[in-house]
Amino acid sequence: MDAKPEVSVQEADFDVGAEIAALSAGRRDVGAVASFVGLVRDANDGSGVSAMTLEHYPGMTERALEDIVEEARTRWSLLGVRVIHRHGRLEPADRIVFVGVAGAHRGESFAACEFIMDYLKTRAPFWKREETPAGGRWVDARETDDSAAARWAADEGEGADWDDIQQRR
Amino acid sequence: MTMKVKILYFAGLREAVGQAAEELELPAGVATVGALRAHLAARGEAWQALAVGRNVRAALNQKMAAADAALAAADEVAFFPPVTGG
Repeated sequence: MDAKPEVSVQEADFDVGAEIAALSAGRRDVGAVASFVGLVRDANDGSGVSAMTLEHYPGMTERALEDIVEEARTRWSLLGVRVIHRHGRLEPADRIVFVGVAGAHRGESFAACEFIMDYLKTRAPFWKREETPAGGRWVDARETDDSAAARWAADEGEGADWDDIQQRR
Repeated sequence: MTMKVKILYFAGLREAVGQAAEELELPAGVATVGALRAHLAARGEAWQALAVGRNVRAALNQKMAAADAALAAADEVAFFPPVTGG
């Protein structure tokens, strides 16, 4: 196996191109690499955001992300997964999170990439505090994040809530 | 028999209660995560952030935990708002 960890929680930035390349480096069985990059926006909930600080729960964070990757691996046949989440103070346009998934075909790569992000949003212990013109404020969790994560359970027999998925998109 | 647990607070909840961590000897009758939360919420004004109805999540030994999760000696319990990473 490659020496690189599947999950990293770090203050440092990451190289998106290098991370994507690493997911298929030296192998010939990868047919599809899907990736997601989350960035700091300069506005949220109607006010400007000049910076944000991401707090996390050292120890639990890594474990929670590893559990999410493990869960994805039970659902799809994946050839490689990489999750990087930053913490500390970040400014607009800074990268926050990277999820990359390698598979034989695009279907499983796309699906697993979205699944990991949806679960990360509701299960990984990170909290954002934004700096706005009116002062600092903790970001509230969104109900759409809960419904996005819940639909992966609903897909498995409870009946997917398509209205919800359409709204979210 | 005494049971001591470590309690951690994060994000807005940490600010509300004014501390990040503490060690607590569990009082008699406090045997679950939910009972511990209720015990802490009764400490006073600032601790109302943990009251029933407030949107609080908990982890037991670094795993998300429900209110009925049973506590054991030396457990690490964390209380925090719903997560907002990604």
